Amino acid sequence: MPTITYIDHDGTERPIEAKNGETVMETAIKNSVPGIDADCGGACACATCHVYVDESFMDKVGQPEEMEQSMLDFAENVQANSRLSCQIQVSDDLDGLRVTTPESQH
Amino acid sequence: MDLSTAKNIVVIGGGQAGAQAVQSLRQFGYEGAITLVGDEAALPYQRPPLSKAYMKGELAEDRLYFKPAAWYEDNKVETLLSQRVKKIDRANRQVLLQHGGHLDYDAVIIATGSRPRPLPVEGADLENVFELRGLSDVEHIQPKMISGQKLVIVGAGYIGLEAAAVARQLGLEVTVLEMEQRALARVTSPVISSFYEALHMEHGVDVRCGARLGSLKGKDGKLTHAVLASGEEIEADMVLAGIGIIPNVELAEDAGLPCKNGIIVDEDARTSDPRIFAAGDCTVRPLAHYARTGRLESVHNAIEQGKLAAAAIMGKPRPALDCPWFWSDQYNIKLQIAGLSQGYDEIVVRGDVEAKKFAAFYKKNGRLIAVDAINSPPEFIASKRLIMSGASVASETLADTSISMKEIAAAAA
Ligand SMILES: Cc1cc2nc3c(=O)[nH]c(=O)nc-3n(C[C@H](O)[C@H](O)[C@H](O)COP(=O)(O)OP(=O)(O)OC[C@H]3O[C@@H](n4cnc5c(N)ncnc54)[C@H](O)[C@@H]3O)c2cc1C
Ligand code: FES
Repeated sequence: MPTITYIDHDGTERPIEAKNGETVMETAIKNSVPGIDADCGGACACATCHVYVDESFMDKVGQPEEMEQSMLDFAENVQANSRLSCQIQVSDDLDGLRVTTPESQH
Repeated sequence: MDLSTAKNIVVIGGGQAGAQAVQSLRQFGYEGAITLVGDEAALPYQRPPLSKAYMKGELAEDRLYFKPAAWYEDNKVETLLSQRVKKIDRANRQVLLQHGGHLDYDAVIIATGSRPRPLPVEGADLENVFELRGLSDVEHIQPKMISGQKLVIVGAGYIGLEAAAVARQLGLEVTVLEMEQRALARVTSPVISSFYEALHMEHGVDVRCGARLGSLKGKDGKLTHAVLASGEEIEADMVLAGIGIIPNVELAEDAGLPCKNGIIVDEDARTSDPRIFAAGDCTVRPLAHYARTGRLESVHNAIEQGKLAAAAIMGKPRPALDCPWFWSDQYNIKLQIAGLSQGYDEIVVRGDVEAKKFAAFYKKNGRLIAVDAINSPPEFIASKRLIMSGASVASETLADTSISMKEIAAAAA
């Protein structure tokens, strides 16, 4: 099972064993990772699951689709490596993925 | 009243609002006992997918739950499932359970949600007549969602139309009956109504507006036909009722708490009893950006009030209020709604209706009060900001797609 590490804005790391096919958001929710609220349950409608993806994984994670990109255009504190974690599916390729949650979501 | 030293909090109803209240109480540092009493067999789960991906069979059941069972144990939340609360005894500060026994409380959060309005016609109790509110409803409906089956949906609201889309995609023959002259009449404008009527017809749904159901006809207790008030009979293997909901206010009413088509609460989700809060579909609340009160039926509202109640109990500052929002998925069309359009005096359409990518903005006295955004996330999000700030934006500007929503929002800020 791939491991994903969630990092707080203040640097606290939480490595979590994730299930293939679930999203990075769902993995966080199930494991009570703070900083990811996911109010809309993954419908790409709320942007409360915003994360920063570790630069070294940007290629593997891929590009956001149009809906997600538009949501990101209006989210707070967006950077080039911003993604909505409900739109990233866990797979073996993402083993070792590191994502940081924005301070505004805490 | 300071409740931050409460020892026993009882949450009645394990849905979206109840689950949020429990999470927020722990998040805000509450250390006493929490008992979550819910009359469904399942731990709290999301309802929106029930008429969308889950109904279609594209989402596994375990992905519906807000939290796994272990979370409740780890956070010392006692869950009493398949248990109904039958009474709130305010004099003795006790919640009485249907199966006997009681729970003492220092504070209560009523999160009893709502229930589908039953079809007010003869034959509503026939076999294969369904409603759609919970997991157990989908359990009954799903085995019948087979290609070729004839489904009649009563009520062209969001849930009815979403179910129609799923059923068509699974190959059922679908008829939608709507009493009003247009679909979604209660919740949106004619522009959006016609869009959805056309969309469903394009996908082969027989959408009948102005068609009132007269009765349901069956043979040997099993449904065979939906009969219109006009006398016309439509063959049906199953009927799905989607004619609105009734808020579950009976516990509150019986306890003497003021209700008016919902349990009346203040800005902090508090009822007239300082120890009793209410959150979600069952409440009538002040609508922050609209200077009136109202009852909302949405995930946004359930979450917000769950948080408000927890914050008030713990004496925390009131969490920031969001502008109401909602969404609906039908076929490959995503509708995102921000704000409340009731009472608008002007509609501005931006984008291309034919291309199924457009937004309808609703204004009142020049101010933007709501948007229905179809496959148009920037219009949705930018409008949330504009609505909350009470901005006035020129209609020509809103309609002009050469000016981005980002620019419009920035200019109004
Ligand atoms: C099929 C469907 C699709 C939807 N889609 C969307 C959508 O796309 N977007 C959106 O924003 N909203 C949507 N909604 C609405 C949203 O799900 C509700 O607004 C939300 O669930 C309300 O949360 P709640 O906690 O108030 O009520 P509920 O989630 O209904 O929870 C209330 C719970 O309390 C229980 N209960 C009631 N009385 C008692 C009692 N006396 N004792 C014990 N337990 C009791 C009920 O059985 C229920 O489990 C949808 C709803 C449905 C049914
Ligand atoms: S959970 Fe709402 S956008 Fe990701």
